Formats: sequence, structure tokens, C-alpha cells
Amino acid sequence: MSGFLAMGGYAAYVWPAYGVTVVLLGGAIAVTLRAYARARARLAALEKP
Amino acid sequence: MASLFTFANPKRFMDLSAAVLPWLVGATVATLGAGLVLGFLSPPDYQQGDTVKIMFLHVPAAWTAMMAYGLLALSSLIGLVWRHPLSDVAAKAIAPLGAIFTLLGLITGSLWGKPMWGAWWVWDARLTSFLLLLFLYLGYIALWNAFEDEVRAARAAAILALVGAVNLPIIEFSVDWWTTLHQGESIFRAGGPTISAVFLWPLGLTGLGYTLLFATLWTIRIRTEILERRVRSLLLEGAA
Repeated sequence: MSGFLAMGGYAAYVWPAYGVTVVLLGGAIAVTLRAYARARARLAALEKP
Repeated sequence: MASLFTFANPKRFMDLSAAVLPWLVGATVATLGAGLVLGFLSPPDYQQGDTVKIMFLHVPAAWTAMMAYGLLALSSLIGLVWRHPLSDVAAKAIAPLGAIFTLLGLITGSLWGKPMWGAWWVWDARLTSFLLLLFLYLGYIALWNAFEDEVRAARAAAILALVGAVNLPIIEFSVDWWTTLHQGESIFRAGGPTISAVFLWPLGLTGLGYTLLFATLWTIRIRTEILERRVRSLLLEGAA
């Protein structure tokens, strides 16, 4: 397990690469879904008779 | 073109995309999940050691960033020539996504370059033209925000997108045209891929996963923009 975490001595490069990917793609997904939910809610409120 | 535009009507797009979206999400999770697991299980490369694992993040991000720009330019062209409102919406929805994938390509590339080349960054043709791609996306977004009027904003931004499309072949062929530290094409080349199957499979799957993730987010962002426009027109009607 510790061997896997060490990434053959390249842990300082491999893990940050995965970290920044998770953060940026996760952020893009979160922002996209939140904007979508907000737009749906606004339209639903306006279309309510 | 008539058949394409039948689906490009906003109402039809909403119906069609609602039906397709669950499948897109499922396919994204499956390919990205399988690709990342296979990537983690792949052995260290004989030259690059475990830094080869960065490849499964870097290459798909860079590929998606370039494909997204191609679609941005294509949507812009359709918007300029046929004045189709959905194409402006589609183009606008791409830019922030493209910028994020470009940024990811740059950061993961830097994290791969340091241990393999000994430098976080070099001003060679591939890296510089890819940095320019980020500025094109940011410029596109800034130009959209600079205009009050949506139609004029879309037109100005579309012209920028088309001019910037010159950069795409420069990025693609930079590794052949100029001396560079960046390695050349090893997947889509005459004579077949030059990388081992243990790396090719995870790379293909994460590449497909990134493409599908982009398609999913793009679809949701177009839907969001259509809903927002409906909200704005309802508010205008209410105010009138």
C-alpha cells in the first residue's frame, strides 16, 4: 500500500495531478448543476399561475 | 441542413436532450470509472516510471480542450452564416468548459514535465500554442461579457472564435514542425499506436470518458441557457 502511495518516487507529481483534476472537474460539474437547478427553479416560479 | 435544423430548434432540443441525458451520464461514469481504475492498475513505464499515470489525465484533458474549441468554432460559424439562435447558445456554453479542460491540460502537463524534462514549463511551440488556447477561451468569455446586446455579443465572439481556430492545427502539428521537448503523436499515427496495450486501454477509456463528460456538461449548459432565456422573456412580458 505504501508502495502504491509512493508512486515509485513520483508521488509529489502523480497525486497532485489527480488532485487538481478532481477539484477542477468536480468544480465544473458542481457549478453546471447548480446553475441548471437555479434556472429550473426560476422558470418554475414564473410559470406558476 | 434542413434536417439538422429540425433538431436545433430549442423546444426540440429540450425534448431530445432530456431523453439523451441519462444515457450520457451513465456512459460518462462507466468509461471514466473503468479508465481511471485500469490506469491505476497499469504498471510503471520502463522509462517514465509511475509518472505515466499522469498521461491518463493529461492527454484526455488536452484532447477534449482542442475538440471543444473545434466545436466552438463550428457553432460560431453556423451562428454567423445561418443566424441560428441555438448555435450561439451552444458556442457560449462551450467556452468555460473548454477553458477548464485547457487549464487541466496545462497543469497536469507541468506536473509531468518537471520530473521527466526537469522543467515545469518551456516556451516551445506545443506549450506556447496550448497556452494561447487558454487565452482564446478567456478572450471569448470576456468579449461575450463586454456587450449588453446578446446578438452583437454572439457575433463579435464568433469572429474571435473563428480567427482563433488557426491555432488548432498549430497545436496539433507543432510537435512535427518545430523542435520540442514534447513527445510526438503516438496514438493516431500511420502504422498504428506506438504505446503498449496496458496503457492504450486506460488512455482510450479516459479519453472517451472526458469526451462524454464534456458532452454531458455542454448539454446541461445549453439547457440552462435556454431556460434562462425563457425566464428573461417572461420577465420582459410581465414588465410590459
